[in-house]
Amino acid sequence: MKIVVCVKQVPDTKGGVKFNPDGTLNRAAMLTIMNPDDKAGLEAALRLKDQYGAEVTVLTMGLPKADEVLREAMAMGADKGILVTDRVLGGADTWATSTTIAGAIRNLDYDLIITGRQAIDGDTAQVGPQIAEHLGLPVISYAQDIKVEGDSVIVQRQYEDRYHEVKAKMPCLVTALSELNDPRYMTPGGIWDAFDKEVTVWGRADLKDVDDSDLGLKGSPTKIAKASDKVPKGAGEMLAGDSPEDLVNALVGKFKEKHII
Amino acid sequence: MNKMGLEEYKGVFVFAQQVDNTLDGVAFELLGKGKDLAKDLNTEVTAVLLGSDVKGLADQLAEYGADKVIVVDDPELKEYRTEPYAHALASVINKYKPEIMLVGATAIGRDLGPTVSARVKTGLTADCTVLEIGDFPINAVAGQEQKHNQLLMTRPAFGGNTIATIACPDNRPQMATVRPGVMQKIAPIAGAKAVVEEFNPEFTPDNRYVEILNIVKAVKNTANIMDAKILVSGGRGVGSKENFKLLEDLAEVLGGTVSCSRAVVENGWLPVDLQVGQTGKTVRPQIYFAIGISGAIQHVAGMEDSDLIVAINKDAEAPIFDVADYGLVGDLNKIVPALTKALKEEIEAAK
Repeated sequence: MKIVVCVKQVPDTKGGVKFNPDGTLNRAAMLTIMNPDDKAGLEAALRLKDQYGAEVTVLTMGLPKADEVLREAMAMGADKGILVTDRVLGGADTWATSTTIAGAIRNLDYDLIITGRQAIDGDTAQVGPQIAEHLGLPVISYAQDIKVEGDSVIVQRQYEDRYHEVKAKMPCLVTALSELNDPRYMTPGGIWDAFDKEVTVWGRADLKDVDDSDLGLKGSPTKIAKASDKVPKGAGEMLAGDSPEDLVNALVGKFKEKHII
Repeated sequence: MNKMGLEEYKGVFVFAQQVDNTLDGVAFELLGKGKDLAKDLNTEVTAVLLGSDVKGLADQLAEYGADKVIVVDDPELKEYRTEPYAHALASVINKYKPEIMLVGATAIGRDLGPTVSARVKTGLTADCTVLEIGDFPINAVAGQEQKHNQLLMTRPAFGGNTIATIACPDNRPQMATVRPGVMQKIAPIAGAKAVVEEFNPEFTPDNRYVEILNIVKAVKNTANIMDAKILVSGGRGVGSKENFKLLEDLAEVLGGTVSCSRAVVENGWLPVDLQVGQTGKTVRPQIYFAIGISGAIQHVAGMEDSDLIVAINKDAEAPIFDVADYGLVGDLNKIVPALTKALKEEIEAAK
C-alpha cells in the first residue's frame, strides 16, 4: 500500500505570539511546528504501515525551510519526503495551494492520501477536500478513526452530534482530526536515519497538468483587500479589593448599577 | 480562471443545511445576513434546500427571510455525503448563477464548501465574521479597475491574531462560510411564503459516492452553550474536574450553564461540546464569566462578542483581562464561592 501524507509547517501559536514594534506579527521570532492535524494524519499512516506494511511519503509545500517538517516526519518513520517549493507558488490561497499539491501528487503512485483537517494558521479546512476534487477522488473529511479493509478504507467521519462509519474504495483522500491519535515521538535512531533519507525538491516544472493561471498569487481567486492586526477590545475595569469579599462586593455593585440583578 | 460573464451572476444564495429533516440554526442566521446583503445589491435571497423528503421545510425558510427556495429532493440526499451533495449544490450554482453563495461553517459545510468551490472554480473564504458589500480595491489604485458591489469577507487568521478582509473580484459566485452563532437571524415572519422551485440535477453514483455503514449518534446530555444567556466558563486554573462544582453552583444561582476552554477538554474534565473557542463553539451570551482562563487568542476568538465579560484570575497579567469588562484578581477558590453566596442573597432579597 502506498500512502501520501500532506503536512504543513506552521507558526506555533500555542507557544505565544510575538509582535514587531510596529504591531505586526513577527513570524521569524515564532517557533514553527508540524501542523497538529497533519501530525495525527501522519501517525495514522504510520500505524497502517506498522499493521499492514506501507510506503509512507510525506509531501509539503512551502519555503525551503519547510524541509524541517519532512525531516521530522521521516524521523517518526515516514519513508520519503517531497518538498514543493518555487517562488511562483508564493501567495497562494487554498485554490492555488490545492492545484499545486494535486499537480505534485499526479506524479506519484498512491492508494490513500491523508491530510490534516485544517492548519492552525489559516484554519480553513479547505485544502484537503479541494485536492480530492482536483484529483477526482472520494473524500472523507473529519476522520476520527481510519481502518483499511481489502481495497477500501473504513473511516469514522465526525459530525457535531454523531459520527458516520463510512466505507470508500481506494484511492481516496481522508482528512484527519488531531483527536485521531497521539502521535509518536521521533526516536534517536529515526532522527539519524532521517538525515540519510533523501528529500526530493520539486519546483513549478515538476507539477503535472496544472496551468500557470491556477498557481500562486495570480492563480488565487481570493484577494486580500485589507489585513490588520486585531484591534483589541478596550480593556475593562480591574475591580479593587483586598479580600475576595471586597472584590465580590465590588462586582455585585456593578451588576446592580447595570440592572443585571 | 474564467473571467467571462460575471455580470450574469445575480442574487444571494444560502445553503439551508438540514440533518434528519430539521433545519440547522445556521441556515436562519445566514438568511438574516443574506437579506442585508441582498438589500444592498437590490436583489433577492434564495435558500438552497438539499435532502430527501424535505420540501415541507420551505415555509420555515420563508419565515426567516428567503424570497425563493430551490429544492433538490432525492433519496440519494437522505444522509450527508460529500458527493451527491456537492453535485447537487454545484449543479444549482451552474444553473442559477448566484453572485454570492453562503454556507454554514459546520462539519458539513466545511466539507461541502471547499469541494463545491473547487468544482465551480471560484474562491471560498472560511469562517467569516463580517460580510458586507463594498469596493475592491477598497481605495482606488491608479491603473487598476475598482470594482463595485463586491462581497467583502472579513475573517480572523493566525488563531485570531490578525484580521483579513478578502474579496473574490474575478470569479463567481463569491463564496463564504460562516460559523454558527456569528450572524443574527431575523424574527420569523409568521405565514411568509417563498417561491419554491424544484430542481433535479440527475444523480449518477460512481466511486465518489461513499457507503455509509453505520450512523452513531452521540448521547447528548449537555446543554447547548450557544443558546445560554449566562455562561460560567472555566479553564486550566480551575485545577480539577471536581473543582468545577464551584462553577456549577454559580451557574445554578444565575440560571446559567457551565462551559470551558480547550485545556479543560484536553484534561478530560469536561466534554468537547462545552468547549468555547476557535476549535470549539462561538458564543455570545449576555454575561460570560471567564474563571481560571488565561485568555489564549483561540479562546478569546470564541467569546469576545459576549455582552459583558467578567474575568477571575490569580494572574493580573493574564491576557483575558484585556477583553474583560470587569476583572477580579485573586484566588478563584475563594472568589467564586463568595460570589455565589452574595448573588444568592441578592436574588433572594429581591424576591
